[in-house]
Amino acid sequence: MELDLKKLELRNVNDKLQSLDRKTNERDFTIINPEGNHAICAGLNKEMNVTIKGHVGYYCAGMNKKANITIEGNVGTGVAENMMSGKVHVKGNASQSAGATAHGGLLIIDGDASSRCGISMKGADIIVKGSVGHMSGFMSQSGNLIVCGDAGEALGDSLYETNIYIKGNVKSLGADCVEKKMDKKHINKLKKFLKDAEIKNHKAESFKRYGSARKLYNFKIDNNY
Amino acid sequence: MCGIVGIYLKNKKLENSLGSLLSKMLINMGSRGPDSAGFAIYKKEEKEKFKYSICINELNFKDFEERINKHIDAELKKNFDHVILKSSVKPKDMLNILKNHFHDVALVGYGKSIEIFKQVGDPSEVVKKFKLDEYSGSHAIGHTRMATESAITTDGSHPYSTGEDECLVHNGSLSNHNNLRRKLKKNGVNFDSENDTEVAAGYISNNLSNKKNLKETLKDSLKDLDGFYTFITGTKDGFAVLRDEIACKPAVIAETDDYVAIASEFQAMAHLPEVNNAKIFEPEPGVVYSWGN
Repeated sequence: MELDLKKLELRNVNDKLQSLDRKTNERDFTIINPEGNHAICAGLNKEMNVTIKGHVGYYCAGMNKKANITIEGNVGTGVAENMMSGKVHVKGNASQSAGATAHGGLLIIDGDASSRCGISMKGADIIVKGSVGHMSGFMSQSGNLIVCGDAGEALGDSLYETNIYIKGNVKSLGADCVEKKMDKKHINKLKKFLKDAEIKNHKAESFKRYGSARKLYNFKIDNNY
Repeated sequence: MCGIVGIYLKNKKLENSLGSLLSKMLINMGSRGPDSAGFAIYKKEEKEKFKYSICINELNFKDFEERINKHIDAELKKNFDHVILKSSVKPKDMLNILKNHFHDVALVGYGKSIEIFKQVGDPSEVVKKFKLDEYSGSHAIGHTRMATESAITTDGSHPYSTGEDECLVHNGSLSNHNNLRRKLKKNGVNFDSENDTEVAAGYISNNLSNKKNLKETLKDSLKDLDGFYTFITGTKDGFAVLRDEIACKPAVIAETDDYVAIASEFQAMAHLPEVNNAKIFEPEPGVVYSWGN
């Protein structure tokens, strides 16, 4: 079913997708003319496929649960923020705070993501085929952040237990973020992610792994951080 | 919050529609700034005469015309409560005349190609009052304001003139503007409001008058201006963009063969021709981007 945001109110479109009857067979939707609107497809909570044709604004696919959402364009701040499950695939670039606080699900960004990608993520998996901006993975708690390009300043600042994999250069590491050894199990896990995201031009072995030094977990009186 | 927009035309064929393109950008950014709006339009450069954009506030246009004619020869064009005054009088002399005899008006900008208009009210109303749709030109920048650091007045509205054919719009707020204002006042820079952006404008014009170029000046502002900001500075040849290094304030750029546009949010550009095929990217923090300069 095609939903045209030039003709329909955004609120009605979101409402329709959010309150989809479980018994209906209509599970494939295409949204046209998004024109940079905010919060498109926020709060979807059932299995369905939505393709958005064009560029969107802030908080697209926020709080997503179970839905499979593809954006054929760029996304604004906070795509898939607080996602619980499902999959969000951005075919263009993403602005700041992509996948912020996301608990679960998979976020794939084909282009670059700007600053604070995966900030405070709590279990989601984020795969960025391009590069990420400064303070990515800031205070992230669990899940995986995989970047095929470079990372900006202060990567993984004050992070908890998120695994960060970077193929390219890291401009600088944030407080308490350190490079860690790539074990067989990490390589195998990464291989699966790369396969899921259909990434063929990067070998899992060529990535570096970063994580928490766990020095901020307990207060130390002479802590330098 | 505030919204900022700018458009620079590479294709001269679009020049007649500059006003209507910018107008929609501003109306769309009304959601980020409902308190006031303003814009600077750059037209073909005057050969000899200067153009002074003056807000005459409550003054009757005829009275203003009579009074100004006592001092200088000038060609006046009224647009709502603004007047574009064209004259061969040099900026330094003109500033003195306005300062000594016209306390009741405000000079909002001057130069050989720039025209600035700004007013309080919802952006959709402001662009209508100034008939922005009818304007043509080579490039333009604009602002919609959500007031934070100072009152909702015309004085507190953007763009701010930073010198001949130069102006600034700002999304963000500066925390060291009081200190900086004091320092700049000592260097002879005048301020008309308590607004933080006016200080940034004063800072830029002070640096430029000390023979620094625009790129250097913007780079310097990264260390001298404390706060968060996305700036667009307009000059006679184009515009430049700078975001502070933390980059909390948004900006997105769309570039095609015909134009470069910048806005706080993509939705402000959704109506631009062929925008879905444009190169769209976010300017990196701490990097000066410029077009036409």
